[in-house]
Amino acid sequence: MSIRVEDLTVRYGEVTALDGLSVHIAAGEVTGLVGMNGAGKSTLFGAIMGSVPVASGRIGVDDEGPARARRRGAIGYVPQGEAIDSSFPVSVADVVMMGRYGHQGPIRRPRPADRRAVAEALARVELEDLARRPIGQLSGGQRRRAFVARGLAQGARTLLLDEPFAGVDKRSEALLVAVLRELAADGCTVLVSTHDLHALPDLARSAVLLRRRLLFHGPVAEALEPAMLARAFGLDPLAREEVAR
Amino acid sequence: MSPLDMLTEPLQYDFMLRALAATSLAAVVCALLSCWLVLIGWSLMGDAVSHAVLPGVVLSYALGLPFALGAIVFGLLAVVLIGAVRESRRVAEDAAIGIVFTTLFALGLVLISVTPSHTDLGHILFGSVLGVSRGDLVQIAVLAALVLALLLLRRRDLTLYAFDPTHARAIGLSPRRLGALLLGLLAVTAVVALQVVGVILVVAMLIIPGATARLLTDRFSRMLLIAPALSVAASALGILLSYWLDAASGGLIVLVQGGLYALVHVLAPRYGLLARHRARRGDGPAQPAGEGAADAQIDSVAERPSGTAVLEPTSDTSSASENSGPSRISSSAPTTMP
Repeated sequence: MSIRVEDLTVRYGEVTALDGLSVHIAAGEVTGLVGMNGAGKSTLFGAIMGSVPVASGRIGVDDEGPARARRRGAIGYVPQGEAIDSSFPVSVADVVMMGRYGHQGPIRRPRPADRRAVAEALARVELEDLARRPIGQLSGGQRRRAFVARGLAQGARTLLLDEPFAGVDKRSEALLVAVLRELAADGCTVLVSTHDLHALPDLARSAVLLRRRLLFHGPVAEALEPAMLARAFGLDPLAREEVAR
Repeated sequence: MSPLDMLTEPLQYDFMLRALAATSLAAVVCALLSCWLVLIGWSLMGDAVSHAVLPGVVLSYALGLPFALGAIVFGLLAVVLIGAVRESRRVAEDAAIGIVFTTLFALGLVLISVTPSHTDLGHILFGSVLGVSRGDLVQIAVLAALVLALLLLRRRDLTLYAFDPTHARAIGLSPRRLGALLLGLLAVTAVVALQVVGVILVVAMLIIPGATARLLTDRFSRMLLIAPALSVAASALGILLSYWLDAASGGLIVLVQGGLYALVHVLAPRYGLLARHRARRGDGPAQPAGEGAADAQIDSVAERPSGTAVLEPTSDTSSASENSGPSRISSSAPTTMP
């Protein structure tokens, strides 16, 4: 149970977004994926989700190809806030039910087991009272909780979250951190991308610093040391030279 | 003459009954499809495909094949060509769409001008719903039933595709295949509707009903009821008006639909102009009370600055268009967050 990335390179035209990335994201802990905009965080997610063409290298999710893992419904994805049209006419329960589609027949008719899974997932993120509300009427934090509930209802053992704390209130953030840690303790692989560092020590045990290639992978405390962060965010002279080259 | 007579007199004629039946079928199918098109932001794509089928329809006519066959071939050809033009990254998607569909439409016009025919192929351009034959009606009914069945059976997957294509991937569905299904259905629907309002105005029936329903509900399942109901009512009224005014039926159908949209735009209970104006003045219907509203206020106080725009291209670079259409209705639908 893990995500194994070997020598992954992704290019958009002439721009290299990921350059020979090799990293092993372990199951059983929350891993933070840290880097500035353009460092390749979303690209790595896209490569795992199959929405970004891979130039070379390999990805394994739980020791199988990502496409197979997706067909099994093993990967849950929580999109960035701005990736979703928040005025889309669906209710919270509708969104969470989408997590059950892989468990249903071709026309996705919900069965009692599906409704139970949705209700449990909603209770776990404390949204049961808002189940029938259109997602456009939720706050940013509530909406993010709804998408995490979708991953819970899906029963995904690998969870990818893209900037889940951007524009989120404290209460939702604390709740999300608690749920994600529970999932990890339960043996899931949880990978959380963020460029917001203050939540990291609470949330994750280890961190991956990314800047088109792997800069660091290890305990959060070491990742947050100033010299390390300076490299990740391009503030040190060495890194500047690297960019100039 | 009483209003009832005005309604029943035209219905004594077989051609009027056939016209109403054909119009209602087309209205239902187009309206259902439009619910997804307006949400994905594919209005311009609807315009493009419905115009681009013209050469296919003319060729089918000349070769004695079913219209739908040529329409699907050229509808999909248009989509492939749009993708190819967009590949050169200097041409934006709306420009690519504009280049391809006008060119194919022009090819259709040229083919019409050189095709010897007994019937007036100009009817394809402007519709001839009052001249629909029994055979035409059967063809419309078969195609409409096909599209209707596929739309209703796959409606949850299509809605997921419109809402969050990445999650579709996450559960092993192919967003590209769902997009292709929708475009194929669009091409067939264009054939259903072109005999009613003509190629040029099909796009109105593919956009207006969904946009109108969007202003009236926050539930997609209700959009799927409201859009066809309004579209059938407006289209029937358009047909009757064309009988009494002796004016272009296709034009009147679309005119009534547009008028209805304008009414809803102003009067819709929650998202209409007046309701929003009242809400701004503070004497409108109160926002939903309860935990959510309270939460939302807490959020706005505790909110941290969110991330800046991400530079990485994250969308699927190969499929025709995912959530990148130019005319999203969403901007007119306000959220109730403070």
